[in-house]
Amino acid sequence: MKKTVQFMILIVFASFITSIAGCRQGPKGEDEIVIGLSVPSLSHPFFIYLTKNVMDEAQKLGVEVIASDAGDVAARQMSIIEDFIVKDVDGVLMSPIGGNVLVHVGADNVEGGRVAARYLIAKLGGKGNVIELEGTPGASPAIDRKKGFEQELAGSNIKILASQTAEFQRAKGQSVMENLIQAYSDFEGVYAANDEMILGAVEAMEAHGIDASTVVTVGYDAIPDALEYIKQGKLNATIEQFPGEQARRALRFLVENIRDGKNPPSKEIYIKPVAIDKSNLGQAEDKVD
Amino acid sequence: MVLRKYGIFIAFITVVVILSIVCPSFLTWKNLLNIVRQSSIHGVMAVGMTFVILTAGIDLSVGSVLALTGVLCASFEHTGLPVLLIVIVTLGIGALIGTVNGLIITKGKVTPFIVTLGTMSAARGLAHIYTNGQPISGFGDGFRYIGASNFLGVPVPIIIFVLTILIAAVILRNTRLGRYTYAIGGNEEAVRLSGINVDRFKIAAYAISGLTAALGAIILTSRLNAGESIAGTGYELDVIASVVIGGTSLMGGRGGVWGTLIGALLIGIINNGMNLLVIPSYWQLVVKGSIIVGAALLDRLREK
Repeated sequence: MKKTVQFMILIVFASFITSIAGCRQGPKGEDEIVIGLSVPSLSHPFFIYLTKNVMDEAQKLGVEVIASDAGDVAARQMSIIEDFIVKDVDGVLMSPIGGNVLVHVGADNVEGGRVAARYLIAKLGGKGNVIELEGTPGASPAIDRKKGFEQELAGSNIKILASQTAEFQRAKGQSVMENLIQAYSDFEGVYAANDEMILGAVEAMEAHGIDASTVVTVGYDAIPDALEYIKQGKLNATIEQFPGEQARRALRFLVENIRDGKNPPSKEIYIKPVAIDKSNLGQAEDKVD
Repeated sequence: MVLRKYGIFIAFITVVVILSIVCPSFLTWKNLLNIVRQSSIHGVMAVGMTFVILTAGIDLSVGSVLALTGVLCASFEHTGLPVLLIVIVTLGIGALIGTVNGLIITKGKVTPFIVTLGTMSAARGLAHIYTNGQPISGFGDGFRYIGASNFLGVPVPIIIFVLTILIAAVILRNTRLGRYTYAIGGNEEAVRLSGINVDRFKIAAYAISGLTAALGAIILTSRLNAGESIAGTGYELDVIASVVIGGTSLMGGRGGVWGTLIGALLIGIINNGMNLLVIPSYWQLVVKGSIIVGAALLDRLREK
């Protein structure tokens, strides 16, 4: 569930690998490039989408990608990377579960939180009460998205009535929102650190007869279900941080480095998060028909 | 004496009284209905778990079985099957998975912990494979009736929960299945030596647990308007905690569904109360853990 969108390129030179594994035979041609892809968890739509984009881009670039699921366990990700080295891959592309970042292509979750806050401030005219749903306690995207959101809101007259975790899960988003509705009735906005939670919250509000047009709702990640809700007018906005573009760009940097020895223009490359609502639905990477 | 007999009730009442005092929105009719409705999901699952724990077993797979049967029933709904058929087939699949657990445990003589740990992983994987990790969402009114509507002013999940408790109570009290469930947990060898087919009744307990996990899945999927392969992650903890703080012994043979009802409600009240009091996320984990252990401790005073 850790949506560490810091897409990291661990550039491992073929020669270096050869000296470790010591089993590569002879020079290799361009079409022999094999890259290992490690993501925290393949059980989340976000990383499935990201992996699919890597696979598609790999086909275009004519390289082979082996994907592996670390089940959200940092130690398992480490052994996956070790396996990659044993398998003698040319490079490793990973979305790390924590750890040191050598070079990364990613979206800034703090900035994404700010974008969400700015959207709410604009929609509410700079004042009012909101409820915040946080991600899994301790997960870095949960911390960053909360931080950016609250920093930006501090400059307005919007008050956060309550901020509670719903662990990035839709069912929890629903039950936590149901509980908060019991204690608070005077809120004009709800922000959730991912779409799953905001969709659960929207269902909870609908069941309690709260008119969707009276509350501004903002999610995060631009998953297909959220775009569908926006299209139906049940959700106001979501934050898109273009995971597909991140993944494609990261892979291009890695392949350029292996093929031509070229270095990325910078150690850290960020893709700017954007608020998607009904007015710019077409900008979302995932499309709804 | 009172403490010995009613330990769990005292823990329950204490939490209710404290929350009523510190939080005015807690003790309202609307919020109480809300708590029972939320508890109905882990509650029905805990009813099945009670059977398993009474035989001195454990079923760790319930959260994953919920995910698998949940995505299956969501996809059945999208094919336009009649709601009654969806319910029957989904419950059947849950019972089938439970039966497989039971068969491996009894015929294969592998400990329940390991078998259901394996099923926990495999069922979760199958749910991911079936959906490719994507949610299946948006259902018709017929299916949504189960989780998101009222019957005579009472939320339907609560009615399902109460009926499940009543049926289980009758089974445990008045049927051979119920009596042998207790007897097996009390002294399996003695039951076996008296010529009773122990395996059959143990398999039945796991089948019931699979069935109630599927029932929880139907309620959750309908209520959430989505079936997801990540649903029910970590539910086994709430479910097992409900049973154990409800006074059913992990050693088997002692306890029952009425205690489980109180245990499930206590878990629901803790979750609700922490939201109402806006307890910070990190502290919620500590508070919940402490209350569970405290309630279990209080209950154990009975045994002394």
